[in-house]
Amino acid sequence: MTRQRELLTGNGAAAWGARLAAVDYLPVFPITPQTEIIETIGRWIEQGEMAATMTTMDSEHSMFTAAGTAATCGVRVMTASSSQGLLYGLEMIYAVAGWRVPLVLVNVSRALSAPVTLEPDHNDVLACRDSGFLQLHCATCQEVLDTVLIAHRLAEDERVRLPVIVNLDGYYLSFTREPVLLPDLATVRQFLPAPAASPAMPLKAGNPLSQGVAVLGGSQYSYFRYESHLASCQALAVYEELGRDFGRLFGRSYQAVEEYLCADAEIVLVMIGSFATKAKAAVDLFRRAGLAVGLVRPRLLRPFPAAPLAAVLAGKKGVAVVDQNISVGQGGIIWAELAAALYNQPQRPAILASFIGGLGGRDISLADFTGIVREMERAIESGVCPAPRLLYSERELAQMHGLQDLASGGALKGEGK
Amino acid sequence: MKRESEEKPFSLPHHLLGSGTPACAGCGALVDIKIIYDILGENTVFVNAAGCMTLLSVYPYTPFPGSWIYTAMASAPAGAQGVRDGLDILLAQQRIKGGDDLQVVVLTGDGAAYGMGLSATSGAMERDLDFIYICYDNEGYGNTGYQFSAATPHGARTATSTGTRGYGGYKKDLFRIWQAHEPSYLATISGAEPADLARKITKIKDMGGPRMLIAHAPCPTGWHFDPSRTVEVGRLAVACGAWPLKEYEQGLLRHNKRPAPAGKRPPVEEYLRLQGRFNHLFTPRRNEELLAEIQGRVDRYWQAVEE
Repeated sequence: MTRQRELLTGNGAAAWGARLAAVDYLPVFPITPQTEIIETIGRWIEQGEMAATMTTMDSEHSMFTAAGTAATCGVRVMTASSSQGLLYGLEMIYAVAGWRVPLVLVNVSRALSAPVTLEPDHNDVLACRDSGFLQLHCATCQEVLDTVLIAHRLAEDERVRLPVIVNLDGYYLSFTREPVLLPDLATVRQFLPAPAASPAMPLKAGNPLSQGVAVLGGSQYSYFRYESHLASCQALAVYEELGRDFGRLFGRSYQAVEEYLCADAEIVLVMIGSFATKAKAAVDLFRRAGLAVGLVRPRLLRPFPAAPLAAVLAGKKGVAVVDQNISVGQGGIIWAELAAALYNQPQRPAILASFIGGLGGRDISLADFTGIVREMERAIESGVCPAPRLLYSERELAQMHGLQDLASGGALKGEGK
Repeated sequence: MKRESEEKPFSLPHHLLGSGTPACAGCGALVDIKIIYDILGENTVFVNAAGCMTLLSVYPYTPFPGSWIYTAMASAPAGAQGVRDGLDILLAQQRIKGGDDLQVVVLTGDGAAYGMGLSATSGAMERDLDFIYICYDNEGYGNTGYQFSAATPHGARTATSTGTRGYGGYKKDLFRIWQAHEPSYLATISGAEPADLARKITKIKDMGGPRMLIAHAPCPTGWHFDPSRTVEVGRLAVACGAWPLKEYEQGLLRHNKRPAPAGKRPPVEEYLRLQGRFNHLFTPRRNEELLAEIQGRVDRYWQAVEE
C-alpha cells in the first residue's frame, strides 16, 4: 500500500473522497463555503482525471431531487451543500430519505439566517435531524476523506439503504489545510467496490418501478417510517463494523463515539465536529494541571449512538455538553438527546450540564473551557446542576454594545447596557 | 379474450394506462395522458409533481405498466434530469443495454408548471435536457379543491375567487415563457382533438431535447360541468378560439386547427356557458362588460395571428 500525504482543506478532502469513491454523478449548486468541493471535482472532470457527470442545477431543491432520482437508477451519487441551501432543499431531504436510496451529501456547516452569516454552527445539519438521513460528523480533514468513503458503503449496505450526510464545519475545517493521507485506489476498492456493474433494482425498460408513491392512511405511512427508523438504528452496528474494516485496511479505525482520556475522567466534555479539537487541546492542558477531564465526541448523530455514549459516561461525576447549536426556546439539542439516552441508565452521571457556544463561528476559547470545568467542579461539589449557559464574555458584550451604539447612530447610547 | 369479445358492445378501447384510478370521472387530464401513453409506450418513466395525478399511483396500485417517480411540487423537471443523467451514465458504462433506455416524461399540473416549478423547468430547458414535459392545464389548483392558479382564466370563479367578477388576474402566457427558452419542441394540445394530439406526440417521440406540451384539461369538479361533457368542453375551447392549438419548433410558430374567422366561429360564451365556474357571468344577469372583455381578448389573439 503506497501512501501519499497531501496538504488538503476539508473541502479538498471531501472532493478526494468523491474521487476515490468513484462517484458516478454529482448534481450540484454552489453555496459558500461548500464551493471548493464542486470546483475541485469540476476541474478534475474537465481535465479527465475523474470520470463522473456533474450537472449544475437551478437550486438545492432541484439538486436533491436529481440526486434522489439518479440514485433510484442505480448510479453512485454524491452532492454537497451548506446552510441556506440545505434548508432550501429540505423538502427533498425528507423525500429522498423516504425513497430509501443510497447517496452521500457532504454538508459544510454554516449558521442559518437571520441574521445571515457565513461561519459555522450546526443548526443547518440538525434541521435534517429527523429526516431519515444518517449523520456522520467530522473533526479533521483526514476524517472527512475517510468518512466519505465509509458513508458510501454505509448508505449502500442492504441493512441500511438510507442516504448519509457527512458534516464538516465551514471555514474551521472547510478552509483549513491539514496533512491528509490519500489512500491508494486499490485498497479503497477493497473497502468500497466500484459502483455496481448491474444495479440491484435499476430503473430501466422491462423493469417497471414506482418510486415515492402515495399511501392512504396512517397504518401504511407508519409502517414505512418505522422501517426507516429501524434501518437507521441498525446502521449503528453496521457503522462500527465498517469502521473496524476501514482500520484493518488503512490503519485508521473509526468508532461511533470517540473517547479521549475518558477512562479515569471525572468530568467529561461532549462535543461534535471540528470545535471538539479545541476541547481536546483544552483537555491536554487540564490534564497537565492535574484535572481529571476527558472528551467524548459522537461521530454519529443519526443514528444516535445512545448505548456507546451511556457506556462511556457511566459513573462520571459531571458531563458538560457543549452544543454548537440552539433550539430556540429549548436550548442545546445534543444535551437534550443525551439526557434522554442517559435517563434510564442506573449509573447515569450525577450532573449533566448544558453549554451553548460556537454559534455563527464564535470561538470557544480556552477561557470558555476553563469556565466550563470550574462550573462543573462547583456543581459536583454542591450536587446542583447549573442552569444552561450561553457562552459569552464580558468583553464581547461590551463590543456588542459598541456596535449597537454605531447602528443606532448614538440614539440608543447606553440603553443596551 | 373471449369474454371481451362477448362484451364488445360495452368494451372500451384498450389503453396502456390501466383503469380504475382515483382520478375524477370525466377528468380531461386523464384523456390527454391515456392518448400520450399509448403512443409513447410502456418504456416510459413518468416523473410526477404534486398535483391531481399524484394520486394515480397509490400504494400498492399503479395504472402504469411502466415506471413512475413522484418527486415534489417544484422539482419534477429536476427529477427528470437525475433520471436522464443516471440512465446515460449506465448506458455509457454499458451497465444497462441500449434497449433498456427509457423515455423520461415530466407530468405536472398548471399549479406546478406556471408557478413554483418554473425555476426547475427553466433549468431543464437551459441544459437542453432530453425529456418530454406534459403540463395538464386545468387552470387552477384542482387537487386541493380548485383555488385559482396563475393559469386561471380571467373571470373564472374558483374556491379563492368567489366574488361576482371571479378571478381578477389573467392567465399567464406560459407558452411564450417556455418559447423564450427555445426548446426543441413546444406545443399546446387537447385530448378533445386526438388526431392533432397524436400527430404531435408521434412527431416528438424520437426527437431529442426538451419537448414541452401544455395540455387543455377540462376539469368537471373544478369547472363545474357534467363529467359526460369533457370532450364537448374541450372541442368548444378550440372551436371558439379560447384554447389555440399551436406548435413551435426551430423558430417557427404554427397554429393547428385554427378556429373559423371572427363572426363565423362560436362566441366564447358558448364555451363559458357550459361551465359553472362562469355562471356568474350569465346569472342573475349577463355581465356584458366582462363577456365582451373575454371575447375581445380571444379576438385580438387571432387577429394578431392573422397579421
